[in-house]
Amino acid sequence: MPSLAQLAQPNQDYSYGFLDAFAKRELRRRMLKAIALPGYQVPYASRELPIARGWGTGGLQVTLSLAGPNDTVKVIDQGADDSVNAANLRRFISRMTGVATTTDTNAASLIQSRHRIPEERLNEGQVLVLQVPDPEPLRGVQPDISRARQMHADADYALMWLGLYEQLVRYGRFVQGASYPVIVHQRYLMSPSPIPRWDTPSLHQAAHLTLLSAGREKRLYAVPPYTDVYPIEFADVYFQVEDQSGRVCMITGAGNKFMDELPQTDGTSLYRISDTGYIEKLVKQQRGEAAHVGETYYDEAGQFYHAGFLKSTQGNSARSADFSPRVGQDAD
Amino acid sequence: MQTLPPQLITARPLLAARNLTRRYGSIVAVDDVSLVVYSGETLGIVGESGSGKSTVLRLLNLEEPADEGQVTLNVPGYGDTNLFSLERFQRRQVQIRHIGIVYQNPHQGLRMRVTSSGNVAERLILAGERRYATLREAARDSLAVSEFPLERMDDLPAKLSGGMQQRVQLAKAIALKPALLLLDEPTTGLDVSVQALVLDTLMRLQRERQIATIVVSHDLGVIRTLADRVMVMRRGRVVEQGLTDQVLDDPQHPYTQQLVHAKL
Repeated sequence: MPSLAQLAQPNQDYSYGFLDAFAKRELRRRMLKAIALPGYQVPYASRELPIARGWGTGGLQVTLSLAGPNDTVKVIDQGADDSVNAANLRRFISRMTGVATTTDTNAASLIQSRHRIPEERLNEGQVLVLQVPDPEPLRGVQPDISRARQMHADADYALMWLGLYEQLVRYGRFVQGASYPVIVHQRYLMSPSPIPRWDTPSLHQAAHLTLLSAGREKRLYAVPPYTDVYPIEFADVYFQVEDQSGRVCMITGAGNKFMDELPQTDGTSLYRISDTGYIEKLVKQQRGEAAHVGETYYDEAGQFYHAGFLKSTQGNSARSADFSPRVGQDAD
Repeated sequence: MQTLPPQLITARPLLAARNLTRRYGSIVAVDDVSLVVYSGETLGIVGESGSGKSTVLRLLNLEEPADEGQVTLNVPGYGDTNLFSLERFQRRQVQIRHIGIVYQNPHQGLRMRVTSSGNVAERLILAGERRYATLREAARDSLAVSEFPLERMDDLPAKLSGGMQQRVQLAKAIALKPALLLLDEPTTGLDVSVQALVLDTLMRLQRERQIATIVVSHDLGVIRTLADRVMVMRRGRVVEQGLTDQVLDDPQHPYTQQLVHAKL
């Protein structure tokens, strides 16, 4: 009687990286289209993966169809390399493709991320893959997808400014913390996935390629290298990133990076840099070990590396006092 | 204001609709309706429920296309164009810039989760205004013109009374100083005293701005107060039209006679 091994198909090297050739061809074609139309959401045939939809299947499919044997992959979740989600995805990717993995942003050729862009500047040739839960930036103002697609076709994005108006009237400032909508290449409105406002400017004229993929919603879109990405704002009230000044990292002592807040029992808070790969390198450097710490998007003083991209905060705080909703309403 | 002697109108009508027909399946909601409205004039449309008067208004607001017929609006750039033949985007531009509408039900005309001033500012935002200070000022001005209490301009419409909601709708409709104002049963559902106040505001607007207005109502009192001319509709057709006093005091068509004499 033949054994099961004899009856089964012999192992083939054909399907590299879990996805079959057809799936990878589909994804690569869609990615090319997405890169050709910056910010445009390209529908694609999202495949089943051994993780649940909504846990990074979009990003994972892109990573699997791009990764080759010579790649080095870094996976981050909320800035951390060691959270459960990131660790699971990293192990899966390395098992399926055999690629090397790293936590060093500068050493990675392919970075899959959820909710963060690394603090260190990405370089030409690097690819950032962002996992996207909801690709449609117009969802809030137009729940009907087919109408929303018409609005994209007409570049009819005016209603987004109504949302900004409401935020200013009610809170005196823009309060949207993540997924802050941006206009890509002066054409398409794009949700940059739930990265904090802090990371949104990093997409502007970036040297690297960003691919954003939503596995559940079956849409992917891209920001090619050196593309204009502008957050939406008023002509007289500007987009601002989260204020990180005065926060000092409890591990490295560094400031002006995106911090995680750790509330303490006595009511105070400690702060820690959210990008764990960056902490790792800073700590090594402080111990005197060899570590190459790359240039960051924001310098020690909190200045963004494209001078003038973020407009002055002083003017804006005075402005928000003028327009604050409940104070001095009758006077203004 | 100086009163001018009566004279023959030689200007082109602001709005001209010719042979409008709209069918929903086998139902003919609007059957061969033509109308003209001049600048500064108010046309009333009366008729029973289901007579097609609201459908006419929806067609004139370019919300849906007519099956037959055309609509022209004498505004710069679009004078001779049949508005139904415009592209979607252009049609929306005409709708935003040149046509204002007040619905009977505020839920149709307002975003209930957006503040009242935001609802008014929306019009300017849609027309391309991107300065917050300007939006704020324009919203306040427009709300003031429609006699809305300004201390409540940042409240949600859901928290306002019915009369105030209608004032927000009116402020929104006139925010961009449109050439044409459409009123779809603007005071139905308001109690009599509030109704009188809203009608007061509308009449003041008529005097101050040369807006062409079409008011649809089944309330003959509202029509008598606001309209210069009146059109009586029944089963999608126009059965009688003429000057308001003439039609309401000396109705010729049996249906109009019945309508005028139907009082509780």
